[in-house]
Amino acid sequence: MSTPVLEGWFSDAGGQAHLIGSRCCKCGTYYFPKAGNFCRNPDCDGTEFEDAPLSRSGKLWSYTNASYQPPAPYIAAEPFIPFAIAAVELERERMVVLGQVISGVGVDALQVGMPMELVIETLSVEAGGEKTVWKWKPVAEQGS
Amino acid sequence: MSRDIAILGVGMHPWGKWGRNFVEYGVAAARAALADAGVKWRDIQFVSGAATIRNGYPGFVAGATFAQALGWQGAAINTSYAACASGSQALAAARAAILAGNAEVALVVGADTTPKGFLAPAKGERPDDPDWVRFRIGITNPTYFALYARRRMALYGDTLEDFAAVKVKNAEHGFSNPNARYRKKFSAADVAASAMVADPLRLMDICATSDGGAALIVCSLDYAKRMGKANAPRIAAISTVTPSFASEVLEMPDLATDSAVVAEPHRYRAALPARAYEDAGIGPEDINVAEVYDLSTALELDWYEDLQLCKRGEGALLLRSGATRLGGRVPVNPSGGLACFGEAVPAQALAQVCELAWQMRGEAGVRQVPGASAGITANQGLFGHGSSVIVKR
Repeated sequence: MSTPVLEGWFSDAGGQAHLIGSRCCKCGTYYFPKAGNFCRNPDCDGTEFEDAPLSRSGKLWSYTNASYQPPAPYIAAEPFIPFAIAAVELERERMVVLGQVISGVGVDALQVGMPMELVIETLSVEAGGEKTVWKWKPVAEQGS
Repeated sequence: MSRDIAILGVGMHPWGKWGRNFVEYGVAAARAALADAGVKWRDIQFVSGAATIRNGYPGFVAGATFAQALGWQGAAINTSYAACASGSQALAAARAAILAGNAEVALVVGADTTPKGFLAPAKGERPDDPDWVRFRIGITNPTYFALYARRRMALYGDTLEDFAAVKVKNAEHGFSNPNARYRKKFSAADVAASAMVADPLRLMDICATSDGGAALIVCSLDYAKRMGKANAPRIAAISTVTPSFASEVLEMPDLATDSAVVAEPHRYRAALPARAYEDAGIGPEDINVAEVYDLSTALELDWYEDLQLCKRGEGALLLRSGATRLGGRVPVNPSGGLACFGEAVPAQALAQVCELAWQMRGEAGVRQVPGASAGITANQGLFGHGSSVIVKR
């Protein structure tokens, strides 16, 4: 049985993986993770927010990898398997969102500016079962 | 009325991985600064400590901890915590006390003892803490440095050789600095042979964490004159501004930038020195030495641009021109920077000011920038903390 590593941060309801952000009902600013009950725009005192599924795809802003095992609370497989990390620019929200890249895709397959899409994948297998997280995946080129 | 204060004395405990109580380093640095200033501990009227969050309660109340260690003598105290800018905020508190007339002479001190390896978040299951969340999904500090480095490569054509050249330069600078932890003339080949940590950054592109302590004795210009030190270096500005919404750059420990749908994006790093220049009434053209937070080699190039030493995107060109080497137009990190020191968080911003004070006094030895008359520091840490201090002759 798999559960999200962070409850309420993402969903694949309807077969479409997406991050669950929120949007200020007063000024329209998006938040990820979801805002509490105060808007952080200094010109807005909004207190009401609606859930906002974020864009599922965007452009790669920058990327790197974790060659060494991160410290706790990260839970690594034994032996540790390095993973790539992507920061992706969402056009509609005008924000950049960080996440791991799907397993099996290394930095050599990445290039700043390339299209990326969101998927849900296993983060770790832990005592409480398998934990899932959002990850970025290069968008397969048309026709390939 | 001048809003300057004087730096009467500076002192440091050498950086290293000594593993001793941080209070020892702070006391050693404070005593060195007092001796350098020619001021007796009993004459200090205000003690301002930079806190460390890795050494329990004594670290949270560092001002009192150092005051007690030096011997309670009734001075007013302050403790500041502001991540990498803790030292600058402690210094700003001392300046405010001096300019308000509440104290004439103050001790500012920061020291740290750091654990081995990656800096990690506080323990416990805390999904509301962004610092905990990012480590939970495998995002460490080098992740952010590497994202910035890769972005520079893509946007401006910076190369791995440029990044390595920063390390080589700083290693050369710090080679003879008795307070530096790493004193070895590393080559580009050494950098290339070190282990990959966060592509494209290797172990030698990324700064270590260190133990160390730094202290300043600061005072009113009047007090300096009475001490026969009217020519002591002066602090002309301390900028500790926050970022402005919306953030343009992904900042540690966040997993996303602010959304810029209704507010224009702003670069935080650039805002820090901009405010310092404005307060000091001088510009980047007046600066002839800088101490910047090279958490990574590539980040030093970002700082060149944020300090306006060159145009956006031309940091690597400035480096290649030799301008930022000792002997160049505006040497950066003559102390050796974090590359040679490693980061001792609450002491680091003060160590930057110590170096500028020695430079302004013409006492930096082989690291001396000839005729140094104005210098600037810059650093940035977590959760919207950063600082930039201008020291002039």
